[in-house]
Amino acid sequence: MNTTILEMRGITKTFPGVKALQDVNLDVREAEIHAIVGENGAGKSTLMKVLSGVYPAGSYDGQIVYRGEEVHFKSIRDSEHRGIVIIHQELALVPLLSIAENIFLGNEQARFGIIDWDEARNGARKLLSMVGLNEDPDTLITHIGVGKQQLVEIAKALSKAVKLLILDEPTASLSEKDSAALLELLLEFKKQGITSILISHKLNEISKVADRITVIRDGRTIETMDKAEISEDRIITSMVGRSLDDRYPARAPKIGEMLLEVKDWSVHHPLHADHQVIKGVNIQVRKGEVVGIAGLMGAGRTEFAMSVFGRTYGRNITGDVFMHGRKVDTSTVRRAVDAGLAYATEDRKTYGLNLIDHIKHNITIANLPGVSRGGVIDDIAEMNVANDYRKKTNIRSSSVFQVTGNLSGGNQQKVVLSKWLFSNPELLILDEPTRGIDVGAKYEIYTIINKLAEEGKGILVISSEMPELLGICDRIYVMNEGRIVGELAGSEASQEKIMRAIVRAEGRTA
Amino acid sequence: MTTETATPAPAPAPAQTSTMRTILQTNLRDYGLVVALLAIMVFFQFTTNGVLFKPVNLTNLILQNSYIIIMALGMLLVIVGGHIDLSVGSVSGFIGAIAAIMMVRYGIAPIPAAILCILAGGVIGASQGYWIAYLKIPSFIVTLAGMLVFKGLSLAVLGGASVGPFPAEFQLLSAGFIPDFIGPIVIPQGEGVPPISLHSTTLIIGILIVVAMVFSGIRTRRRREQHGYEAEPFAVFAIKTALIGALILFFTYLLASYKGLPNVLIVMSILIAGFVFLTKRTTLGRRIYALGGNAKAAQLSGIKTERLTFYIFVIMGMLSALAGLIFAARLNTATPKAGQGFELDVIAAVFIGGASAMGGVGQVAGAVIGAFIMGVMNNGMSIMGVNIDWQQVIKGLVLLGAVVFDVYNKNKA
Repeated sequence: MNTTILEMRGITKTFPGVKALQDVNLDVREAEIHAIVGENGAGKSTLMKVLSGVYPAGSYDGQIVYRGEEVHFKSIRDSEHRGIVIIHQELALVPLLSIAENIFLGNEQARFGIIDWDEARNGARKLLSMVGLNEDPDTLITHIGVGKQQLVEIAKALSKAVKLLILDEPTASLSEKDSAALLELLLEFKKQGITSILISHKLNEISKVADRITVIRDGRTIETMDKAEISEDRIITSMVGRSLDDRYPARAPKIGEMLLEVKDWSVHHPLHADHQVIKGVNIQVRKGEVVGIAGLMGAGRTEFAMSVFGRTYGRNITGDVFMHGRKVDTSTVRRAVDAGLAYATEDRKTYGLNLIDHIKHNITIANLPGVSRGGVIDDIAEMNVANDYRKKTNIRSSSVFQVTGNLSGGNQQKVVLSKWLFSNPELLILDEPTRGIDVGAKYEIYTIINKLAEEGKGILVISSEMPELLGICDRIYVMNEGRIVGELAGSEASQEKIMRAIVRAEGRTA
Repeated sequence: MTTETATPAPAPAPAQTSTMRTILQTNLRDYGLVVALLAIMVFFQFTTNGVLFKPVNLTNLILQNSYIIIMALGMLLVIVGGHIDLSVGSVSGFIGAIAAIMMVRYGIAPIPAAILCILAGGVIGASQGYWIAYLKIPSFIVTLAGMLVFKGLSLAVLGGASVGPFPAEFQLLSAGFIPDFIGPIVIPQGEGVPPISLHSTTLIIGILIVVAMVFSGIRTRRRREQHGYEAEPFAVFAIKTALIGALILFFTYLLASYKGLPNVLIVMSILIAGFVFLTKRTTLGRRIYALGGNAKAAQLSGIKTERLTFYIFVIMGMLSALAGLIFAARLNTATPKAGQGFELDVIAAVFIGGASAMGGVGQVAGAVIGAFIMGVMNNGMSIMGVNIDWQQVIKGLVLLGAVVFDVYNKNKA
């Protein structure tokens, strides 16, 4: 029980502009459930990608000792050969293939390249029963729910004779019931001698199943606790580390008249028309106010924001949007922008930037009329605007002609912000504005937010990092399963109160 | 305060200084393309014993490639926008066919007929663009269908036979030259050698273009300097302008010593200038690049991506129609086979010119030079007597080589 199966020593991994991991140490014992916790962007997923060979040996510094010998994995294949299987946050299943096909993908039950379907189905059935999933192996992945898909991923891992199973946020998008079943399964595996590394935000789950916990913060290992020492308080202190004061710039809020009101906002899923994603949401933001929306992943926050901003998500949208008490039309992005709204996406690479083009063109694209006359762009005016915002938001680059794809996450985020600032909105919706960027850049983003609030703009921040919301918001809405389940003034809000609002709502709907 | 130490600190002043070397590096692709075209021309000048640069051949070269270049302009927008259009050859053939029916069979005057044809091209582009833009059907499939449909329709319209000849006025579109308003300049040569007669209007137009280019270049530089932006070192600007000016003068001299500027060249030049302006200076052009670079981000930035895609295909359809008219006027007959395979030359020209198959990248100048590279190779190899089979092999390899060079460069950067 006490033999060490894995030891990672002094792991350091740098990306252009960001030190993601710095001298991280981790030791995992045979047949234990080892949890890794830390804030978003702390480096947990990066560490697991180093371990599984997604980042090949040589692209990082440090040593990995697995089952008594030093290993240098060049790819996922290498680590899988040794029984290390990683299940990512985003499931890696092919939706239009069957369960059996997915389980044996890349590892087909074949002789001379010809698949033995009976063998595949039987094998799949056996694996499915091990994970407690009662489905026909011929069912297509797209026809089963996320919880079951997760189990298929695990069955797939089992098919590879897994010794060390890594689960990255496995329960993030699962219901309470599915999560419990999954954790039960991990305990079952432990009895069979399979070691698990569990990355999770949900501290209650971790304290239930984990044998030991390692805390990572800002790319460094903080500590490893044994089962006896585990308490949520201690984990939180260790995770957050610094006091909130240092991480968030001070601000004296000057809250003015009512700016944005969204009333009775309801949205249905774009594909499943009978599934209501947002259910009668009411939200208000005043001038100069920073308002947060807290909630777990899948609570419907991004869906809410995008449906308000030009109906870029969902269908059968009902409800009204008011600006300054007047009803406004936000049915297309153009109209939403004209009404004074801006939405900076949570996924800047997919939805925010043209990564192959340079900073200047990215900054002006949402407001080209602002640098042109009669459809003709004035290049001097455009240069002035780009340089101006580059300076204002402190974008670090050689010039405004640097391609945005080569910038660090923090600087990319500043380009996205600049783009929306130049469209001169009255209300900015910032969706996960600091996701995946380092602490220094986060501080700069908060400073920009404060400055905007001071200028009298309204800011609506969606964030999964509760400390961040507590640090910067005047008021926080709590969203759960498409409903507003709580509203807290910034001064009285705390992580516990937010969590309690969510848990109470879960209890009501379950 | 920050951990982002790897990125350089911001420059203190807004002025961006650039050295000769960085300019050469960043523009390697553009300069490389021009050098490649010149190298190919010089190569064929030698291997054809000087035939390539003979005024009559040069004029022919322009006439032969005009319709490819005109379609390449539209194709550049299509490819930058992240799409492809396989139907342009068939559409140009079909428009040639209906032009012949209108003018030859129904006796409609050339100008109204040409206008109707170009409108028809726009309608065809719209009919394809509708499926692509609004119903999100992949452009490859829609235009593959269009390629078959319009190939079939040309056959049907012409009844399987060639229709011609066109009215003389219409032929001027391809075969005509601008009139010499001033009268020829005759330069007597030595005894026994016929005197050179120069088309003076052509020469004057050439000189005016060079003067305009120099002035607008200087004006842009001055404007940039006034606002504290240094464009490029004066030496680079001077050398570039001098070289381009010399080339223009050289080619207008060659053309002037034959029959002067072909009408087609005027049409083509106006279109090229228009498309350079469209892509570099207008909001419409900028939005097309944004669409191709990241369609989702463009849409979330308030760009009406669907309507934009639709417009791109309408423009492509109109240019295909114009190309079809020029080709029909050049052959002086509409045949069911007209336009076949043009789409391949057009698409190849755009890719040789540096456009990315992923969308978002590409220049009008590149596409035009790419078309000329293909055209000069066709012309040169034909004069040399290279068989058509080997011509295809060589052209295919040049296309592959150009794209490989691009990808290699990008990975190195």
